[in-house]
Amino acid sequence: MKEFTYVITDQEGIHARPAGELVKLAKEFTSSVCVLKEGKKADAKKVFGLMGLGVKKGMEITVQAEGEDEEAAAAALEKFLKENL
Amino acid sequence: MAEKFSGKKFSGKTVYSGITMGKVLILRKDPQIRRVKIADPEAEKERVYGAVDRAKQQLAALYEKAVKEVGESSAAIFEVHQMMLEDDDYLDAICHMIQTEMINAEYAVSVTGDNFAGMFAGMEDEYMQARAADVRDISVRLVRNLSGQEEVDFSAMEPSVIVADDLSPSETVQMDKKRILAFVTVHGSTNSHTAILARMMNIPALIGVPMDLSEIRTGMTAIVDGAAGEVIFEPTEFQCSEAERKIKGEQEKLRLLQELKGKRNETRDGRTIQIYANIGSVSDVGYVLENDAGGIGLFRSEFLYLGRDDFPSEEEQFQAYKQVVQTMGQKKVIIRTLDIGADKQADYFDLGKEENPALGYRAIRICLKQPEIFRTQIRALLRAAAYGNLSVMYPMVISVEEVKQIYAFVEEVEQELKQAQIPYRIPEQGIMIETPAAVMISDELAELVDFFSIGTNDLTQYTLAIDRQNQKLEDFYDPHHKAILRMIRMVVENAHKCGKWAGICGELGADLELTREFLDLGVDELSVAPPMVLKVREKVRGI
Repeated sequence: MKEFTYVITDQEGIHARPAGELVKLAKEFTSSVCVLKEGKKADAKKVFGLMGLGVKKGMEITVQAEGEDEEAAAAALEKFLKENL
Repeated sequence: MAEKFSGKKFSGKTVYSGITMGKVLILRKDPQIRRVKIADPEAEKERVYGAVDRAKQQLAALYEKAVKEVGESSAAIFEVHQMMLEDDDYLDAICHMIQTEMINAEYAVSVTGDNFAGMFAGMEDEYMQARAADVRDISVRLVRNLSGQEEVDFSAMEPSVIVADDLSPSETVQMDKKRILAFVTVHGSTNSHTAILARMMNIPALIGVPMDLSEIRTGMTAIVDGAAGEVIFEPTEFQCSEAERKIKGEQEKLRLLQELKGKRNETRDGRTIQIYANIGSVSDVGYVLENDAGGIGLFRSEFLYLGRDDFPSEEEQFQAYKQVVQTMGQKKVIIRTLDIGADKQADYFDLGKEENPALGYRAIRICLKQPEIFRTQIRALLRAAAYGNLSVMYPMVISVEEVKQIYAFVEEVEQELKQAQIPYRIPEQGIMIETPAAVMISDELAELVDFFSIGTNDLTQYTLAIDRQNQKLEDFYDPHHKAILRMIRMVVENAHKCGKWAGICGELGADLELTREFLDLGVDELSVAPPMVLKVREKVRGI
């Protein structure tokens, strides 16, 4: 399993549009991808779950990828988060 | 039904006058949903998948249309809706309910939509609370597809009187503007998107009409008389001929007005006044030119910020401002900086609820407190100023210190642009006079700024202490109150003492009963809705 943490810097947090884009990206990989925030866990391939975490600016999230392409999935998501959130 | 309804008349609040007659097109929101036991859950699930596929196609088409008309970032909401429809949890929940309770797809979709919406509504974050509406929106779309009440195909729409409970920007964007004869809604405010659209398009619009939508049918005939504040459904022959007579009269007036194009705004005794137009978006510039306005006296830049879910970028704003000033050529374009707050809200600003929003955190106050928002806009404005006759105007100023603070900020931005070698120009800078405080110190303000533009809507509300949306206060409300006219006199005199000019950009500017008075007071400019330009010119030439 690949795991990394990231602190959200975007003013609005993971709101609708970036959540949708993140889901689109996560779906490109066969690995399961999860986002954890303060003990709550959401499937990164489901937009409602992800938005439901209520991630705001300054919060730390943990991203876990598990499966055949976990390396690539984690790298792609980290890049996306840094560029967009 | 039609018989019983014949000649039924309702009164509402007029947003824009004018008269028209045509076929009704009803936009209904919530189809009635009944819980029905079913025998074949698999077939029911197939219906859901079919409805989802159609919904995705509809949303993709909406997205394409919105990108062309209002830009990519405003269109993004339709893309988000598509993603929500692909959410496994949502679809699983619907299918699970069909399977276990053996109920119809419509009911399962509706209940699941409510549950998911409830989840968002229960979150602390106001932005997320607002997403509950998105979930309801996609659920309503699915139910509509399931029950065969597919969305109205606006491309095939004949010219129609649009009747609805209320209209959202996402609904008006779908309509072909040339085929809208009038708007009639049960709810809505005079400052709503629909209201502004009606003023811009010069079509009658009524809000607050106490009609029962279940009694009205698409295809009925309706007469909408904005001047009388009335709508008549299934008019009698007599009512029809009355309306036709009035419509003819209006058309004749319009034709005569066209002859005033290219003529000067000059009274018989040789006094002149500038007549400019108010706009809210880049696409409105067409109306400005069509009506021969001398310039743009108020470009409400907040409409670039509304109806979307993130701030517009510097580049996006720059392109919008640049396009407007370039299209207007030598003519003056006065752009008002962000005037958000009070009745104009965008979720992503996260402004929070206020006890008293009209007296709250809004307009220039937001810009001075959140310089990161202001900087983006000022950079875009200074850059666009290099391409034409652009002026900037700041809303809701109440003190000399604020003006100094704004100027210092503009200077800071200027240094940034200079260092980065980005082309720019420092435009003419003025302020809105819309508080009694600004009126009382207008002598001091006039020394600092290049011009004044009096925002009579807010000035009247603050001076008379009357909320214009409150219908109980209508008897107390006097738009021609002496206090307002004395204030206008004071502002104009103080401006002229310093060699500056003063205009009016509120609704009062288009009030033809006051045109003579404004000329006598020495008002230099009136900025009015585009369709009013020639009417005011006609009035001036008759004085």
